[in-house]
Amino acid sequence: MKNKERPEGLLRARSRMRQFLDSSDEALDARMADAQTQPAASDCPPVDVEYRRMIEEEMQEEQEVAARMKAWNERRGDRLGRGAYCALCVLACTAMIALFLLLVASLPEYGSADHPVNNEVSARYIESGLQETGAVNIVTGMILDYRAFDTLGESSVLFTAAMVVLLLLRLDADSQAYSPLARAIRQSPHSDTFYEPHHDVILQYTARILVPLVLLLGIYVVLNGHLSPGGGFSGGAIMGAALVIYVTAFGFDSIRRFFTYKTYQRVVLCALLTYAFSKCYSFYTGANGIHSVIPLGTPGAILSSGLILVLNICVGFIVTCTMYAFYALFRKGEL
Amino acid sequence: MTGIVQLMLVFLIACAIAVCVSRNLLTSVIIYMSYSMVMSIVWIVMESPDLAITEAAVGAGITSLLFFLTLKKIHAIDARNEVRARHAKELEQRGAEGGQSHEE
Repeated sequence: MKNKERPEGLLRARSRMRQFLDSSDEALDARMADAQTQPAASDCPPVDVEYRRMIEEEMQEEQEVAARMKAWNERRGDRLGRGAYCALCVLACTAMIALFLLLVASLPEYGSADHPVNNEVSARYIESGLQETGAVNIVTGMILDYRAFDTLGESSVLFTAAMVVLLLLRLDADSQAYSPLARAIRQSPHSDTFYEPHHDVILQYTARILVPLVLLLGIYVVLNGHLSPGGGFSGGAIMGAALVIYVTAFGFDSIRRFFTYKTYQRVVLCALLTYAFSKCYSFYTGANGIHSVIPLGTPGAILSSGLILVLNICVGFIVTCTMYAFYALFRKGEL
Repeated sequence: MTGIVQLMLVFLIACAIAVCVSRNLLTSVIIYMSYSMVMSIVWIVMESPDLAITEAAVGAGITSLLFFLTLKKIHAIDARNEVRARHAKELEQRGAEGGQSHEE
């Protein structure tokens, strides 16, 4: 009934849609590439036939492996064995959950006075933390003064993680061995960045408002780490998020004007070294009973609590750069 | 207040189970994001605002972002997937209609 009343134009559009849906993957790729109106993709030279063939061979190989995996999985499709396997899995999971719940139930009650964490160490932190560290925020006083060595380890772990991601995911454009394939992969329609919108107006307007605000919040959280909740790690994560919003809206070319691989290396290295040296100083003075020349200041002022402010800024820089580096490497394979 | 906290804790458990059970990876990541958001509120209620800030920034923000990027890398989020799904649905419909397909 409805079909008869349909206007001619709608029918034609419908048939065109069906044609579009019937076409193969290659045709789909071409159409979607045409629909994109970014200058970058139309400027780039066509992918070499050679590399295209290499990529297709790799994909074929992958498909063969997947087919063999599937066949192998189906080969062991013994119904009884599979049932026993499932039953064992459920049994093991239930046993683990029961064990875990039993252990949790035997823990002391949350907030009770005879909790083992209420010992002389935490009493000392609470009673004389303010005089000894000068930090109003007791948590920052703990992690950046009493336990600053742990935090140095954490920063180094972040740095190492970023290095490993760099090692695994970086597509080096200058390398002789990998550059043609890497370039071909990046430009091919199978690359995951191929369909990304390049000049999204809504995103750019939102970013223009959001990025300064988020960056300011991050700087506030870092600089007030010894006065209010927060500190280097959380403030650094917020600043890293601001950089991520910026690069999503304006692209990698505009962020490279002020943040490149070299900037990343220098900032992180300087921050880690500053942290290590300032902590060396306080360990040296503390172990030898020398009075530190760095004044603790009046509690509550922004320039107080000795080295904690410096350490917070260092940790903030490291975390900002690492978060952005993770994002850039995951997304594009380079900084 | 305790009622709200208990409600949130129940929500956390439900989220944790839903993350494991859901078939779509994108759905899992979004449920995980909401888990982190509620967890940061729980931290505030438990009087640890430092942890709340870190949980909101890292758990709900950066980690989920990295998950999204990974899903994109392995083509779990792909613009073509939607088209393919529609294509499959269309084919199925045509199969159900059988011989009495219209001429369009």
